[in-house]
Amino acid sequence: MIGVRCINLAKRYDDVVAVDGLSFIVNRGECFGLLGPNGAGKTTTIEILEGLLEPDAGEVEVLGLTWKQHHRELRQRLGVQLQETQLGDKLTVEETLRLFRSFYHRGRTLDELLRIVELESKRRSWVGKLSGGQKQRLAVACALAGDPDLLFLDEPTTGLDPQSRRQLWALLSHFRQQGGTILLTTHYMDEAETLCDRVAIVDHGKVIAEGPPPELIATLGAPKVVTHQGTLEDVFVALTGRHLREE
Amino acid sequence: MAGLSIDRGGARHPLIELSLGRLREFAREPEAVFWSFIFPILMSVTMALAFPGGGNKPAIVGIPQGAGAAAIREALARDPAVTVRDVPAGGEERALREGDVHLLVVPTAPPTYRFDPDRAESRVARLLVDAALKRAAGTADPWTAREEPVQLPGSRYVDWLIPGIVGLSVMGNGLWGVGFPIVQARMRNLLKRLVASPMRKREYLLAQIIGRLIVLTPEAGAPLVFGVLVLGMPIRGSIAAICLVCLVGAFSFGGLGLLLASRVRTFEAISGLMNLSTVPMWVLSGVFFSATNFPQSMQPLIQALPLTALINALRAVILEGTTLIGVARELAILAAWGLGSFATALAIFRWR
Repeated sequence: MIGVRCINLAKRYDDVVAVDGLSFIVNRGECFGLLGPNGAGKTTTIEILEGLLEPDAGEVEVLGLTWKQHHRELRQRLGVQLQETQLGDKLTVEETLRLFRSFYHRGRTLDELLRIVELESKRRSWVGKLSGGQKQRLAVACALAGDPDLLFLDEPTTGLDPQSRRQLWALLSHFRQQGGTILLTTHYMDEAETLCDRVAIVDHGKVIAEGPPPELIATLGAPKVVTHQGTLEDVFVALTGRHLREE
Repeated sequence: MAGLSIDRGGARHPLIELSLGRLREFAREPEAVFWSFIFPILMSVTMALAFPGGGNKPAIVGIPQGAGAAAIREALARDPAVTVRDVPAGGEERALREGDVHLLVVPTAPPTYRFDPDRAESRVARLLVDAALKRAAGTADPWTAREEPVQLPGSRYVDWLIPGIVGLSVMGNGLWGVGFPIVQARMRNLLKRLVASPMRKREYLLAQIIGRLIVLTPEAGAPLVFGVLVLGMPIRGSIAAICLVCLVGAFSFGGLGLLLASRVRTFEAISGLMNLSTVPMWVLSGVFFSATNFPQSMQPLIQALPLTALINALRAVILEGTTLIGVARELAILAAWGLGSFATALAIFRWR
C-alpha cells in the first residue's frame, strides 16, 4: 500500500527553480523524512503533496487518490501541520481544537485529542499564552483532529527546546504505532534518525540520496573519525560537500 | 451528503464554530469593543452640540467706526434677531472672512452692506438689518404677518443626523471589522492552515460576516438609543424594519469588507483600500448634509452607493415611518452590493 507517490515533480517561482524533477514513494505505515538545508525545496514539495500548491510538472498520488479528482476526500483523510502558522491568540486551546474538529466528519473526541497532546490542563488557556512547545503540540492536535491516515509535518520541532522536541517525538511515535503514515521535513539529523524509517536527502530541488538512515550512514564506509559514530550529517556533508545547516 | 453520518466529536456545525470564533476574538479585544460602541455616541453628541436647533441664532453684525455708527447701533439694538459686535478698525475683512460677523454695516448715507452673498447666514443678516434700519428711518410696514413657529420632533437636524451616524457605524464596523481580521489571519498563515483542512471556503467567509452581525445590535443600537433617550428623536417606523435594514446593510458592508481584504497581505494596504472606499461615501452619501445637494449628473452614482441606500432607508423608516416595502429599492441595492462582493471575494480570495 502506498501512502504518497510523486514522480518528476517540478515547480519554479519566477526565475528560481524550487523543485527540479523530484521523485519518491512513501509506504503506508512508515515515517518518511525529507531532509535538507533551508531553501532545498522541502516546503514547496510538501505543500504540493498537501494540495496547497499546483506543481508545474510531475505526478502526485496521495493514499492512491489524486487532488484533482478526490480533493474533498483527501482533505478529510489528511492531517497537516504547516511551518509558521500562528493560531488565533485569543481563542482557548479547547475552542481552537473544537473549531478544527468541526471540519471533519469523523475523528477523535476533544478529550482524547487533549489527552494525546498532553494539553488537558491548558484547555481553557488562550493560545497566545502557551509556550512554543505547547503551541506546536496544539498544532499537531489540530492535524490529528480528523484521525488522519497520513500526517504531513513541515519542520515540526524547529525552534523548540530539547524537552519539547522529545515530547513531540513521543507523540508522533504513538501515531505511528497506531498504524499512521507520516511525511515530515526537517533539517535536524537527530530527528530524522529517531523518527524516520526512510529519508530522502534533498538539495537544489532534487533527491540526492534515499534509504533508511543506518543504510545511508553505512554507505559512507568506515567512519572517518574514530571518536564518533557516523551520522546522517556525515552522509550529507559527504554528498554535498558542505555543512547541512549552513545558510 | 447524509448529515446523520457526520460525527463532529462534540463540535457544532463549522459555520457556527467559525462564527463563534470570530465573535469571541472580537469580544476579547477590549479596545475594539470600546470604539465600536463609543465612537457613534461620541459623534452624535458632538454633532448635537455643534448644530443645536435650527435657524434661531441671531444675525451677527459688525459696524466699523465712523460718523453715524452710533445711530445704526441704536437702531439695530432694538431688534432681538440681531447682535451687534464691535469691529476694530482695519479688522473688517478678517472678521468677515473668519465668520466672526455675518455682515458689515458701513455707516455711510445710505448705509453700505458688505457681505458674502454665498453665505446663507449673511443673506439672512442683510434682510434683517435692512428691515430694521428702514423701520428706524420711518418706513411703515404695510402689514405684520402672523407667525406660527413650528418645531416638531423629527424635523430637527439631529433627528436627521442620527440615522446617518447609524449608517456610518454599520459601514465602518462592517468594513474594518471584517477586513482587518482577515488580513491578520493571512499574515499569520492561518488562512493557509484552514484551507489545508476540509473547511469550506464559503463557510469561512460567511462566518466572518455572521460573527459581525451579532455585534451589530449594540453597534447600531447605541446611537439610536442615545438619540431617543437623550435627544428625544422620534421613531416612527417599526423596530423590526429598522433591524432588518441594519442587518441587510451590515451584510452588504461585510461583503465589501471581504472583497477589500481578499488579496492584500499588509495592514497598510488594507487601510488604504478601506479609506479609498469609505471616504467618498462619507462625503457623498448624505451623512451630514443631504446628498441631493450634489449636481443632478452625479445622482445616479450617489444613489447607487451602499451607504446612500442604507442611510436613505434608515431615515425613511425611522423619521417617516416608511414600511419595508417603501424601502425595497434601497434594500435591493444593499443586497446587490453584498452578494456581488461576496461572490467576487470568494472567486479571487488569496488563501496564502
